[in-house]
Amino acid sequence: MKLLTHNMLTSHVKGVIKGYPLLIKATEVKVNEVEFNPQFVSRMIPKLEWSALVQAAEELGQRQDLPSDLVPDYETNEEFLKKVHRVLLEVEVVEGCLQCPESGREFPISRGIPNMLLNEDEV
Amino acid sequence: MSSCRRPEHSAPPEVFYNEEEAKKYSQNSRMIEIQTQMSERAVELLNLPEGQPCFLLDVGCGSGLSGDSLSEGGHYWVGVDISTAMLDVAIDREVEGDLLLGDMGQGMPFRPGTFDGCISISALQWLCNADKRTHSPPKRLYTFFSTLYSSLSRGSRAVFQLYPENSEQVKNLTLITAQAMRAGFSGGMVVDYPNSSKAKKFFLCLFAGVTGVLPKGLGSETSDKAVSNQVQYSGQRCRFKNMKGKSVKKGRDWILEKKERRRRQGREVRADTKYTGRQRRPHF
Repeated sequence: MKLLTHNMLTSHVKGVIKGYPLLIKATEVKVNEVEFNPQFVSRMIPKLEWSALVQAAEELGQRQDLPSDLVPDYETNEEFLKKVHRVLLEVEVVEGCLQCPESGREFPISRGIPNMLLNEDEV
Repeated sequence: MSSCRRPEHSAPPEVFYNEEEAKKYSQNSRMIEIQTQMSERAVELLNLPEGQPCFLLDVGCGSGLSGDSLSEGGHYWVGVDISTAMLDVAIDREVEGDLLLGDMGQGMPFRPGTFDGCISISALQWLCNADKRTHSPPKRLYTFFSTLYSSLSRGSRAVFQLYPENSEQVKNLTLITAQAMRAGFSGGMVVDYPNSSKAKKFFLCLFAGVTGVLPKGLGSETSDKAVSNQVQYSGQRCRFKNMKGKSVKKGRDWILEKKERRRRQGREVRADTKYTGRQRRPHF
């Protein structure tokens, strides 16, 4: 699971109102090289929840020098876009689990695929 | 399992798409070809902005064949599927999108406005079945459509390829469209090659937010370019000739008619020329 997907994921357990951001408990993380596309990254930045991204990168120990506040001129700042690209698309959680901040429900991740299936009583 | 039976009737999707069935999607070239064709058409119907990489959702992504045509267009995607066996095939094929294990009837767990579009190939019909005692198809469809609506950005589209059943066709389609409209979508069905029983394909095109013009199905163009205050040309004379019944077999008219019929079915047909149906010189 890439951190871009994590940034968009919410918990959909019954009764949960916000369920965001999901906490990551990773046991295996890998960094995959992905082709850099500045247009896509700068398009996605306004959609991101920046604090959640920084927090997730920190949890995985992959934050490096990602600033805690969004740079205002990000569209032209290629160095910054490259840092965001690395965190968003290259860092992947392979094994571990996601935890809903409200209900504490855990969603296991195996082979890079989070299991978002709910039980009968959670729908 | 005979192939003419509909898979929805045999078992729930997470059971039907087992290792054996999933293997077909990575080995059977005919299956791959059909899936690829349908997903290419679905991407076309999405009408994405030219030259802009988009973030898309693939519901029922399976082995990621439909995702491949998204990656080809330079887009990034997230795939959701209920079958672990199919997702394992997707991992082995090293697809570029991110994968999630999830049930579409339980809703899409994404933040509002995440995606620029959604495609789904042969997945929606599974939602019309109740596989468990607690399942209620209208409820599950509504949960799916309402969560999908919120996770799409305004002005984006969702395209679903589906196989409506012949006997219950009307019932299932109205069930699906009614729940989609209830969730706020507008749009409707696009039917490709409506005159062919084999090549006929149904696409449910939904718009989130704004209403667009529904695209035409392939092979269904009609000559309704009527100009007001003018009498429409309708090829009357040909009709009178044909009214006596079918043309003589093997004749030029018969061949032209047959070619026209096949063209309507969306098959590959050679163009009509002066050589079509021409008499050959006698051979000994």
